Amino acid sequence: MSVRLVPLLLTLLFLLVGCGRADPPGVRRPQEIGKPVDGDTIVTGSIGEASTLIPLLASDAASHSIAGYIYNGLVKYDKELNLVGDLARSWEVSRDGLVITFHLRRGVKWQDGHEFTSRDVLYTYRVTIDPKTPTSYAEDFKQVKKVEIPDPYTVRVTYDHPFAPALASWGSSVLPAHLLEGKDITLSELARRPVGTGPYRLKEWVAGQKITLEAFEGYFEGRPHLDRVVDRLIPDSATMYMELKAGGIDMMNLTPVQFQRQTMDNSFLARFNKYRYPASSYVYMGYNLRNPLFSDVRVRRALTHAINKEELIQGVLLGMGQTAKGPYKPGSWAWNPNIKEPVYDPAAARKLLAEAGWRETDGDGILRRGGKPFQFTVLTNQGNAERLKTAQIIQQRLRSVGIDMKIRVIEWASFITHFIDNRNFEAVILGWSLGQDPDIFDVWHSSKTGKKELNFIGYKNDEVDRLIVAGRGTFDQLERQRCYRRIQEILAQEQPYTFLYVPDALPTVSARVRGITPAPAGITHDFIKWHVPRNEQKYTQ
Amino acid sequence: MVPYLLKRIAMLLPLLLGITLITFTVIHLAPGEPVEMQTAMSPKITAETRQRLRAYYGLDRPLHVQYGLWLRRIVRLDFGRSFAPDNRPVMDKIKERIPVTLSLNLIALLLEFGVALPIGILAAVRRNSLLDKGLTLFVFLGFAMPTFWLALLLMYFFGVKLEWLPISGLHSLGSNKLTAGAWFLDLAKHLLLPIGVATFGSLAGLSRYIRSTMLEVIGQDYITTARAKGLSERCVILKHALRNALLPVITLLGFSLPGLIGGSVIFETIFAIPGMGQLFFMGVMARDYPLVMGILVIGAGLTLVGNLLADLCYSLADPRIRHGGG
Repeated sequence: MSVRLVPLLLTLLFLLVGCGRADPPGVRRPQEIGKPVDGDTIVTGSIGEASTLIPLLASDAASHSIAGYIYNGLVKYDKELNLVGDLARSWEVSRDGLVITFHLRRGVKWQDGHEFTSRDVLYTYRVTIDPKTPTSYAEDFKQVKKVEIPDPYTVRVTYDHPFAPALASWGSSVLPAHLLEGKDITLSELARRPVGTGPYRLKEWVAGQKITLEAFEGYFEGRPHLDRVVDRLIPDSATMYMELKAGGIDMMNLTPVQFQRQTMDNSFLARFNKYRYPASSYVYMGYNLRNPLFSDVRVRRALTHAINKEELIQGVLLGMGQTAKGPYKPGSWAWNPNIKEPVYDPAAARKLLAEAGWRETDGDGILRRGGKPFQFTVLTNQGNAERLKTAQIIQQRLRSVGIDMKIRVIEWASFITHFIDNRNFEAVILGWSLGQDPDIFDVWHSSKTGKKELNFIGYKNDEVDRLIVAGRGTFDQLERQRCYRRIQEILAQEQPYTFLYVPDALPTVSARVRGITPAPAGITHDFIKWHVPRNEQKYTQ
Repeated sequence: MVPYLLKRIAMLLPLLLGITLITFTVIHLAPGEPVEMQTAMSPKITAETRQRLRAYYGLDRPLHVQYGLWLRRIVRLDFGRSFAPDNRPVMDKIKERIPVTLSLNLIALLLEFGVALPIGILAAVRRNSLLDKGLTLFVFLGFAMPTFWLALLLMYFFGVKLEWLPISGLHSLGSNKLTAGAWFLDLAKHLLLPIGVATFGSLAGLSRYIRSTMLEVIGQDYITTARAKGLSERCVILKHALRNALLPVITLLGFSLPGLIGGSVIFETIFAIPGMGQLFFMGVMARDYPLVMGILVIGAGLTLVGNLLADLCYSLADPRIRHGGG
């Protein structure tokens, strides 16, 4: 299954990572007997409808999640989050890091019976960089100097500079050249009737209702056990939860309240397995560093001292998460386990603020400097209750050290255009999704502070800049790790964000589905091995 | 009559043009562009990519040029292609959703009139009785209760607790393998809650309207005359009073014409019904200009036609208007 390798996305995509099944005491699972059998259907729910099943043109999570069953890339992440071959059998990187040579699997068939060759890879590359293609993914291949296909099973890619995230970018879905070459991809019927190399093929798409996929018998890793995947469009999350309880869907991501409070009864636990592991995302409070209020590092450290992250996790996530100390997921290879950052300590916060000149003068409990009160507004986006609660708890804590923080919730589109793009904010509470590759150039490099670029807080540190460039310029993982660990130390020292928490992903799956092995990559990494024992199959022909 | 009709029809065109001009401007005033909604906060997007996407959708041209281009297409009844990544013709997207919305709304409208009419008449005839008060309470309850809340409660009760009814959608999985009878029963079960809740919520307006016109009519001299003639009360109410009381309802029916293709967003979202409301809502959220404009133009057209039809029917039904005006 190809996973779209987007390094950082603001939406909370649940790329399922980390692991653990949360079995309460007293619930017994039937033992696995015999070999897995084929059959049955798994029903999933989706909040939004897929827009196109040509992943190159899609920018929404719903489209990519369906396309993930249908297409493959050259490489993919395995369950331990290592890059392994997918459509590529193997690859080598030249010593200078400039040339990657992929050796393709032989005998892979497209779902229409045509053979997969290097021509498909070349086409995918060409159509992606074609200026006429309306895609958001052309950047993936911008660093590529040339792509050559010396024979049907070899692809040779040359770069101008060694570029570590490049390898992962070849995990994007390979498109069938024999169906698309010479045609206008935006008008292709493949958007509604895709042909891929993946474990599932499209059977039926009932607009606005459901998408049905069926097992592709000729899949190169073997036919998946589950006969069908049905993805129902259920736009309302409350409805989706009730569908889950009523058995209308088999799988869903729970909220902390649902996980902790509403699904603890034995009748639920007998029918569903719940899983829990850190999601690939974090929530932060970011400060506009152009604002004189936040340009002083002592003030930013004081703010972090004043915020009780544990309390946020308990209050907002009901304990279903862990504190964030930097822009990496705890446990991933780039993560630095030894970061020393300002811990919750209101007295230390007050002391630092006093050093920076903020003093309580007129008895109203608000700190002042030169007569001006310490006052700012934090912005967050509408429709995210967790972020609003986070803001409210922080507001309370800051008030107790003498800072008056106001909260403003803004609709997403105007949040971006009026506030973020124009740098018209003091502080924000937002989240980032984390990809598997640790490159953080777009969010932290000082060259990315322009309009619409993602270093919108205006962070600039020469050493961080150097380390980011060094980290993406080598394929040596140890060397990269050294760079990213040092970056985390600097960020912990400077606190341009107060990193708040990493929430847990809380998926639940019908207990009749077996073969789910939680791993650092989550639960869906070996979806083709999921199966249902014959006597428990629910949807039979 | 004919010159009047022609005049009215001639008036429709500038009106429709004005409506499109205003809506076009307003949609473009909303912050965020289609490109923006697809690419905001994505590290993959450079200024160059963004520029390329804007040019692709024609968003880089001045607004009046965009409007002109849109207008030139629309007079040929070409609604253009959606800005969503699927790039499908707007008309296709609307067409696949209209049958669901239209049939649901028709059923709900029939039910609404079927239930509200007797309620209104009863309440008027037994004015200030316990029955009147009870009915008033009932319809206002439906009016005041947030539909999404009621819908969720009923879903939980009938779907999760009792397991009598399905929760959302239109068909069960595998319903295409059922016999025609079973298939229809399956559909009916799915529709019971949404249509029930929709009807309950809309009873108040119509029934109160009928009640008040009915009361007005009952006070008229000709009703006293009818009673004096010795007609049965049943005949007086249903024949003499009701006919006159129904006249204004024709206007209401005219107004509900555009409503027939415009679904309710909240409703369709909660019950996962693939109707026009959902399509429109998603279109607005994604700033899918051609889709939004397409739906609005159809809606505006139907509103205007509905008004015209209502006026015409009114003058047909009521001789006083026919002779007096026109």
